Amino acid sequence: MKFGTEIRNHKRELYYFRLRLALSAAFVLFAFSLLGARLFYLQVMQHDHYQTLAENNRISIVPIVPNRGLILDRNGVPLANNYSAYTLEITPSKVDDLDATINSLAGIIDITSRDRKRFKKLLEESKNFETLPIRSHLTEVEVAKFAVNRYRFPGVEIKARLFRHYPHMETFSHVVGHIGRISEKDMERLDEEDVLSNYRGTDHIGKLGLEQSYEQQLHGVTGFEQVETDAGGRAVRTLARTPPTSGNTLYLSIDSKLQQIAVKAFGQFRGALVAIEPKSGEVLAFVSQPGFDPNLFVDGIDAANWDAYNNSPDKPLNNRALRGQYPPGSTFKPFMALAGLELGKRTPSYTISDPGFYTLPGSSHRYRDWKVGGHGSVDLRKSIVISCDTYYYGLAVDLGIDNITNFMSHFGFGRKSGIDIEGEQSGVLPSQAWKMKRFRQKWYTGDTVSVGIGQGYNLATPLQLAVATAALANNGQVMRPHLVHSVQDSKTGQIRVLAPEARDTWPLKPENLDLVKAAMVDVTLPGGTASRAGAGAEYSIAGKTGTAQVVAIKQGQKYIESQVAERNRDHALFIAFAPADKPRIAVAVLVENGGHGGSTAAPIARMVMDYYLLGKVPKEQLAPDAAEEPEHD
Amino acid sequence: MIRRLFIRLVTHLDGYLLLALAMIMLLGLVVLYSAAGEDFHFVTRQLVNLSVALGVMWLVANIPPQHLARLGPPVYVIGLLLLLGVAMFGEISHGARRWLYIGVTRIQPSEIMKIAVPLMLAWYFDRRAATLRFKDFVIAAALLLIPVVLIAKQPDLGTALIVSAAGFYVLFLGGLSWRVLIGLAVAGAASLPLLWSMLHDYQRQRVLTLLDPSQDPLGAGYHTLQSTIAMGSGGIFGKGWLHGTQAHLEFIPERHTDFILAVLGEEFGLFGGLVLLVLYLLVIGRGLAIAANAPTLFGRLFAGSIVLTFFTYAFVNVGMVSGILPVVGVPLPLVSYGGTSAVTLLFGMGALMSIQTHRKLVKT
Repeated sequence: MKFGTEIRNHKRELYYFRLRLALSAAFVLFAFSLLGARLFYLQVMQHDHYQTLAENNRISIVPIVPNRGLILDRNGVPLANNYSAYTLEITPSKVDDLDATINSLAGIIDITSRDRKRFKKLLEESKNFETLPIRSHLTEVEVAKFAVNRYRFPGVEIKARLFRHYPHMETFSHVVGHIGRISEKDMERLDEEDVLSNYRGTDHIGKLGLEQSYEQQLHGVTGFEQVETDAGGRAVRTLARTPPTSGNTLYLSIDSKLQQIAVKAFGQFRGALVAIEPKSGEVLAFVSQPGFDPNLFVDGIDAANWDAYNNSPDKPLNNRALRGQYPPGSTFKPFMALAGLELGKRTPSYTISDPGFYTLPGSSHRYRDWKVGGHGSVDLRKSIVISCDTYYYGLAVDLGIDNITNFMSHFGFGRKSGIDIEGEQSGVLPSQAWKMKRFRQKWYTGDTVSVGIGQGYNLATPLQLAVATAALANNGQVMRPHLVHSVQDSKTGQIRVLAPEARDTWPLKPENLDLVKAAMVDVTLPGGTASRAGAGAEYSIAGKTGTAQVVAIKQGQKYIESQVAERNRDHALFIAFAPADKPRIAVAVLVENGGHGGSTAAPIARMVMDYYLLGKVPKEQLAPDAAEEPEHD
Repeated sequence: MIRRLFIRLVTHLDGYLLLALAMIMLLGLVVLYSAAGEDFHFVTRQLVNLSVALGVMWLVANIPPQHLARLGPPVYVIGLLLLLGVAMFGEISHGARRWLYIGVTRIQPSEIMKIAVPLMLAWYFDRRAATLRFKDFVIAAALLLIPVVLIAKQPDLGTALIVSAAGFYVLFLGGLSWRVLIGLAVAGAASLPLLWSMLHDYQRQRVLTLLDPSQDPLGAGYHTLQSTIAMGSGGIFGKGWLHGTQAHLEFIPERHTDFILAVLGEEFGLFGGLVLLVLYLLVIGRGLAIAANAPTLFGRLFAGSIVLTFFTYAFVNVGMVSGILPVVGVPLPLVSYGGTSAVTLLFGMGALMSIQTHRKLVKT
């Protein structure tokens, strides 16, 4: 007795313990007789059944690969679909001498060494009883030839298989991405995610773009056939069959015609364009020029094409809209102006006298304006319309880097937008902490000066610029950009619309927004830097041009476009939204080495807005069939 | 002199238990040789595993129960800290966080809990013996649930199941009221939907597969389907040692670990399976007798829990391989290849022996 004063009744306690122990013993006996009965059932009563299964060389499970889901644009135009083609297939377990069979097959059907290599690799990875393709896309002549010789090749057959196809080739390559053969690494990942068994029999998996990020939706559920096979591995009969479930269909928010117009508008220029519906964050066009042909990647790209893409100075494999990081240049200014107003550092009437340069107090270094001699007296509205650098040098210094960093991060600068494809770059929104981490140096006021005009350490992706522009159009509410509008369930046919998602809501004073927006409208009117692109528009456009330096110009030196190598010319930028009072579209355009934003980038944005808002197709694209024919062979 | 040393060495061993255990392990090695594709490598390594485990058993058998009881709280606390460590810094493998790297080796703290939980609870009840109240059962239940939740989160369904069983047996044998037990059963049935929603997808899949193994024959159902074919085709006396076609054609996955019973069933048939079940019954019967005669509450509860946990291992594994229970990764005790489970199981057997052989010392 250790605690308390109760007298313990040891006998009674022991009695109850033993009672429970006896109950447990009874349960153990019951449970074991259950097991015994199960063993008896399996090994005596069901013995014949299982012996047949085991002795006939057991059951084999043959997977049935599901059809991959389609990717359609917002109007149902296919961007990725499937077509059927004949493939020559071998079931290794049914063939005695595999090498001899392949050699004699090669006598009637063209089988390259690449085909053989691929087949060998499949063979190593496959389980028993699987049927493996050795040649795809047989011609009708080849099908006929094989049909005649069929008797010579037991275990070889011709099957119709589905293949992935990207009908628009380059136009959507950076959005849709492509599929490719499943690699060891993919297998490991699928295993970790515990979905590997659903990929039995599947050869392909999404590698890039939406094909990758929506893999789970697109793949579907593998079906299977339970086949009883004899000792030779030949199927005797099908015991059970579960049909596969096709992958779901993706409806994009992208308008394929709009995308095509945008791509063509770039002409020979490289660059990127992102158009967003401001209210919802739906991406209407997502262009990175040049693109690549995703069809080449489906079955593994051959060396020649790969080298051509990989070594091209145009870098077609680079997703500029998503991963290209450029100084935002003067397109940064409307946001800076807003910051000045919101944080009380500027009033609308505050006016500077611009001599054409800015100097920090106590320094002789001149931060030059783009216009020699300056713009004279400049207030906030004018500073946007004529893109006055001097105004923003001073504003940046008055705001200080901490305020700028904080304000701009709300608009999505310096962080990933969260778009639904992988590989996004986050750009650079410089801050004191960033500089210390990156260069191990403290922040100088001089660094702040150039940040004010979107130069210096500033870097943004075209996607980020579009998101920020859309947020401005949306009065400060930042929406997560997304490419997929809705998903159609292949089984039920139900369409599930993906809800718009606000990333950041930020109260901005309406009068400040109105002022900045009005100034941006003036940019596209006579006297503004994008007046040519805005000429004759049937709706009001709010825009801002920008230029991003590719090579630094030394102090006192002059940049003369014609004297600079084409690849070293400035990048042209333009951001815009329209109609300015009720924005339905926000666009960011970057033209690499395009010179001035007003002359090269803004016209592209104009064509996109014209089509989206008015259905107008640009004159030069109105050639017969040009708008109808998506393929450009 | 030598005779005396020998007596000293075997004083605290229990002959009946040892004999039954030895026969199980021997049968295990014979089946393992076949399951491992007639490769002595696995057999020798398993011999090493078993020797280590037997050493642990001998050591534990020589520790008097009252000292064992005192180990409860520290081992429990250390185990819990390690589990928290796993949750925070554990190494992820196959989507689960189960292991912790300590210096050169990695350990699986959930394994410690299979012993620590019943030890802790038996110690706690023993301390509160005179004044055992409902409140104490609530505390004990909490002591049980914390590690179980941590283990289930890893996720490791098999171990969580064993640990909760081990703790539950202490509560049950300690006298948890029938009203509470029935209440728990009802509440458990009622909360099934909630539990269902908490499960990981693959765990759900396993449960569904149990209801219909043919539903996913490529993945989770594959094990069950193939192991039942192996067992069923074995018949009454089996196909003979090393003659199991299913096993040798590599149809059975994990056939030297969790699914080794399929090999035994195929090669030795119903006869082999029943022999194994009888051997297990001998161990369990002897263990229950030890528990019934243990002089202290600690001894009774701990011994009872160990025996019933041993039973749970066997029941769950045989049930899973023969296709009446879901596949939850529980080894066949002392037959499946592997050192960790052998050490844990024989630690328990050592404790049983200690409780049995130190009886007189306590009584007088």
